[in-house]
Amino acid sequence: MIEAVLKPGGDAATALYIVAFSLFIIGIKQGTHPTTAKRGNLIAAGGMAIAVVTTLLLDGMGNWGLIVLGLGIGSAIGVIASIRVQMTEMPQMVALYNGVGGGAVALIAWSEIRHGISLGEDFPLDSLIPVIFAGIVGSVSFWGSNIAFAKLQDLIPTRPIAAPGQQVINAVLLLAIIVISVVLAVDHESPSEGLFILLLVLAAILGNLVVLPIGGADMPVVISLLNAFTGLSAAAAGFALDNVALIVAGTLVGSSGTILTLEMATAMNRSVSNILFSGFGGAPAGGGGGTGEERPHVSIGAQDAAIKLAYADSVVIVPGYGLAVAQAQHAIKEVADELEKRGVTVNYAIHPVAGRMPGHMNVLLAEADVPYENLKEMEEINPEMPRTDVAVVVGANDVTNPAAKNDPDSPIAGMPIIEVNEAQQVIVIKRSLSPGFAGIDNDLFYEPNTSMLFADAKAAASEIAAAIEDL
Amino acid sequence: MSLMTEITIFVLAVFVGFEVISKVPTTLHTPLMSQTNAIHGIVMLGGLIVVGFANDGIEYVIGTIAIAFGAINIVGGFMVTDRMLGMFSRKPRPKADTDAKKGAG
Repeated sequence: MIEAVLKPGGDAATALYIVAFSLFIIGIKQGTHPTTAKRGNLIAAGGMAIAVVTTLLLDGMGNWGLIVLGLGIGSAIGVIASIRVQMTEMPQMVALYNGVGGGAVALIAWSEIRHGISLGEDFPLDSLIPVIFAGIVGSVSFWGSNIAFAKLQDLIPTRPIAAPGQQVINAVLLLAIIVISVVLAVDHESPSEGLFILLLVLAAILGNLVVLPIGGADMPVVISLLNAFTGLSAAAAGFALDNVALIVAGTLVGSSGTILTLEMATAMNRSVSNILFSGFGGAPAGGGGGTGEERPHVSIGAQDAAIKLAYADSVVIVPGYGLAVAQAQHAIKEVADELEKRGVTVNYAIHPVAGRMPGHMNVLLAEADVPYENLKEMEEINPEMPRTDVAVVVGANDVTNPAAKNDPDSPIAGMPIIEVNEAQQVIVIKRSLSPGFAGIDNDLFYEPNTSMLFADAKAAASEIAAAIEDL
Repeated sequence: MSLMTEITIFVLAVFVGFEVISKVPTTLHTPLMSQTNAIHGIVMLGGLIVVGFANDGIEYVIGTIAIAFGAINIVGGFMVTDRMLGMFSRKPRPKADTDAKKGAG
């Protein structure tokens, strides 16, 4: 069918793999700017094409029917999913991709074990250990990602689900996994396939149990962490298969996932282990004085908000996940357009965790045609706040709470926030005064320069846009 | 390849990865994740090698599933990244005709 020319593990194949991973690195490097990122993505895809074709040309390849079947099914699913997915659903999609990636690694590790055993020779430790590692991490990522997907898709409750003694069960599972791994490695002359499958099953249970107790608000960290895991598992598979392309590509993915995980955790002012093992981040944490009698606040209507905005010189919009839930990004863009027509400067302040995954809010706003130059990062916009006439908070809560800076006893003390309270005036569009994910009252709502507009974000934004137009 | 050579490659790749990826702005982190999903699809090579050299029923099955999983990552990952980045690289239109084209896309 295809003329097989390349020797497996030979210089020609390795050289082509080196070209492939170089293109991955160049592709990601081009991803550092919105104008070049699209080309970078194509370059990386080109690298992937080279890697795949190289492998197909390896001498001795057979079973073409199955290869075409696998490629056909996978490609068809990939094409349909990538065309149909809504931008609000990107976190689910990435969770699913993390999952299948981890699953592929676990399956490859399993077949490597089978293959090694069938040769009846001593299984070299420098490939057995990576195979075991790849199997465990791949299985954990597959099942953990499936749970993350189910939570994001609301198939299972997003609130933390935890059994009593969960930590103990997890610890026992982890211990069992380590013991079985050691037994497999010690017995490298004839490792047991049954034990390896048991290892995959235990890792699967662990993956489920670790992600189930994590609440919806912590999903950005979980997705990033699972992304890092799948990368590591691919690198491990590369060690097992002696394939440089897998080692480098897996490591790139692992680095990316690690950077994003740390960045998300910093933005939430929590450690990764705290997120994984505390089961907070969905249910109100209690305390903090969220209940009690209503504190005095100023409430306004869309008309008043329109007037405040129309006569401002500079406006900063602070969107949160509530904006995406209400599908209000297009309506907000209309408000911005109306204001820009009147000569008002409009920028968007994006908190790193404004959304369900790293950078999610930026994509949602880009979809609504907001130019990326107007999307400002937290560090960039905070110094501008005192010079801002009106800050509009839409669907964001905890990330604007001044208590994070002012109240050392607050549960979110130290969390980096968008300092909207520094702006001359603040308009908060929100359904009620209810607390956010952290379960604490937002002091911002009661500041003298804050006006509350109680409404659905989309309806309110449309009303404001219409009102400005009529002014 | 010796284990030490592989570890050398791995360690260097860690440094390259951190260096390159830490320069990607927050704005592009979602496309970065879907792109790394696609790059992770490189594991499909492992599936191809398993199936290509298999002569055992179970290896056929798990290898084919691994190929399908990898292909989902590669095709879906690169395509959805392309779609997203298309939104970022759209030229900002002149302000006058923003209203006329409302709701496009």
